[in-house]
Amino acid sequence: MKNPYLPYPVRIEKTVIETEDRNIKSFKLVFLNDDDCKTFDYTPGQFAQLSVTGKGEIPIGIASSPTEGDHLLFTVNKMGVVTTALHNLIEGSIMGVRGPLGNSYPFDKMKGKDVTIIGGGYAFTTLRATIVYMLDKKNRADFGKITLIYGARTPGMLLYKDTLAEWSKRDDINYNVTVDRDAPGWTGRVGFVPAVTEQVAPSSKNAIAVICGPPVMIKYTLPVMIKLGFTPEQTITSLENRMKCGIGICGRCNVGPEYVCKDGPVFSMAQLKEMPQEY
Amino acid sequence: MEYMRLNKKNMAVFIEELGRTCEVWGPVKEGEQVKYAPVSNATDMALDGFKNSTMSPKEIFFPQSEKMLSFRREGEDANIYRDEQAQPTKKAIFGIRPCDARAFRILDMIFKNDQFTDNYWFSKRDATTLVGLGCTEPCSTCFCTSVNSHPFDEKGLDVLVSDLGEHYLFKALTKKGRELVAGISVMREPSDANIEAHMVLRKKAEDVMTVQFGTDKVKDKTVLELFNEDCWTGISEPCLNCSTCSYVCPTCHCFDIQDEVSKEGGERVRNWESCMTWIFTVHATGHNPRPTKKERVRQRFMHKFKYIPMKRNGEIGCVGCGRCVALCPVNIDIREVVKQMNS
Ligand SMILES: Cc1cc2nc3c(=O)[nH]c(=O)nc-3n(C[C@H](O)[C@H](O)[C@H](O)COP(=O)(O)OP(=O)(O)OC[C@H]3O[C@@H](n4cnc5c(N)ncnc54)[C@H](O)[C@@H]3O)c2cc1C
Ligand code: SF4
Ligand code: FES
Repeated sequence: MKNPYLPYPVRIEKTVIETEDRNIKSFKLVFLNDDDCKTFDYTPGQFAQLSVTGKGEIPIGIASSPTEGDHLLFTVNKMGVVTTALHNLIEGSIMGVRGPLGNSYPFDKMKGKDVTIIGGGYAFTTLRATIVYMLDKKNRADFGKITLIYGARTPGMLLYKDTLAEWSKRDDINYNVTVDRDAPGWTGRVGFVPAVTEQVAPSSKNAIAVICGPPVMIKYTLPVMIKLGFTPEQTITSLENRMKCGIGICGRCNVGPEYVCKDGPVFSMAQLKEMPQEY
Repeated sequence: MEYMRLNKKNMAVFIEELGRTCEVWGPVKEGEQVKYAPVSNATDMALDGFKNSTMSPKEIFFPQSEKMLSFRREGEDANIYRDEQAQPTKKAIFGIRPCDARAFRILDMIFKNDQFTDNYWFSKRDATTLVGLGCTEPCSTCFCTSVNSHPFDEKGLDVLVSDLGEHYLFKALTKKGRELVAGISVMREPSDANIEAHMVLRKKAEDVMTVQFGTDKVKDKTVLELFNEDCWTGISEPCLNCSTCSYVCPTCHCFDIQDEVSKEGGERVRNWESCMTWIFTVHATGHNPRPTKKERVRQRFMHKFKYIPMKRNGEIGCVGCGRCVALCPVNIDIREVVKQMNS
């Protein structure tokens, strides 16, 4: 029987420091065993447990899309013990990945609809995966208008700058990347995410919105969404709670009767309305 | 041969014969405490006046600290986690109480879900035959009949044993149980009177153990209605967040996972953990979704009486063993808590 606690061995193929504060780093990982790679069948919105031997395991959203090939991408903000140990691993190091875990964004519900993606800070990881997935040649026709609203404090704090540059040149995504205030050399939008959302005003008709970001961003964006006519069922977010097993067994991450690791991390605002606010 | 009879004089033979096929465990006295441990002799067992083990027997399948994986620093598989679970020894446990066996059944539902199976639990569990002992004299802290059970509950056991005085009456309930009973040479067909005596004992124990509270309103109220009740401030007020209740409870199953390092490498271990602690939920950012004891105490009772039943076909996550009632240092009584939840 497969042991769900046993990580797959992977090699760090490439690391990229994403942000000017050098606190956020991306890791491109390749599986050591082909079989593990085949078993790791994921959908954007899911996460994995990353292991550094002797340090422990942490849940991190999968930032790559399965349409990008066999490697996995994770983007990690340096916070404490394990994230710091991870930042200290060099290219070529061996580490562990366990997953994919959790549900995913509701692509079955998003199909045939306009999709608005709203993100802020380092929570942009699984949103990157989602956009790459929807923009993929094989999938693009499944979705209506795609609108992106993504904000960071400064231009230097934006993640995935190369990918953003590619998207900005496409005509099949309404691209809105914003920074909090004017900065030298920045020619894009300026303003906080809620205000930009109000200006961009994505239509709520036959649409789904996915919102991930710091709590304050979500707090001030939700009223804008309501004003735009998005119902709680149409508004999707992803939760983070402290986790251990990641498979709905260790009892760590529950919000009411739901385990964020297994029943989530993706929930609609309609679901969250029925749940205690313990996240 | 649903029922078989064993004369207590033959307990030594029973243990000896059973010991040929597996390790035999029973309740053993260790200082002031009673725990389940291997026995080689009938006299090793503390069956005289035996009520129940001090700690719950969950530790047999879910040890307080358990090695899960290991890794080395050097060599071909450097920094690759390996699974080195040993084949568990075959066991038969004599004297398990029906409430604790029922707790195992609840944990079976926890350690396996629609996607994942926790083999650390099931490998040991599957290698074990549970020979339970019906309760003829429930303790004052017990309340199994209030949580959909009773002192002779068969759910979760392989064999139910009734203490008839001179004899034990064995009722084999599963294939494992039938095989165990069939393998003992000193088992005898019981008389009708033996079976009648068992029924009387069972009825008497159930009558003594009156239902102490209902759970119907807990079931009917929504999660948020219960969650937002006023009672939680008062209930949690005396709590020290000491976690005793979680550690003694047969259904509490939360665990932490940590890496421990040695010179050559290290191990990934899991340790019992409690939702009573602050560290349980705190995020790396410092934000804590359950910042005070009120939220943490509420979590423990909501989990057992609302969340588990909602997700596991109405099964209540408490079996009424009363250990937390007996051992809580500030006398928080789960029965009183549920009465408030159910008001
Ligand atoms: C679904 C999900 C997706 C996520 N995605 C991302 C992402 O894409 N990018 C990202 O950067 N972050 C993400 N996070 C957040 C990330 O998981 C945390 O930032 C990370 O776990 C912090 O780990 P750390 O070891 O650095 O922090 P620490 O604060 O050091 O704690 C981490 C672990 O160390 C142990 N620990 C620390 N202190 C103690 C103590 N006093 N006692 C006992 N144990 C202790 C615990 O085991 C704890 O779990 C996500 C979280 C979730 C739940
Ligand atoms: S909550 Fe208390 S009474 Fe219920 S099973 Fe656990 S220890 Fe026993
Ligand atoms: S992390 Fe273990 S139950 Fe969610």
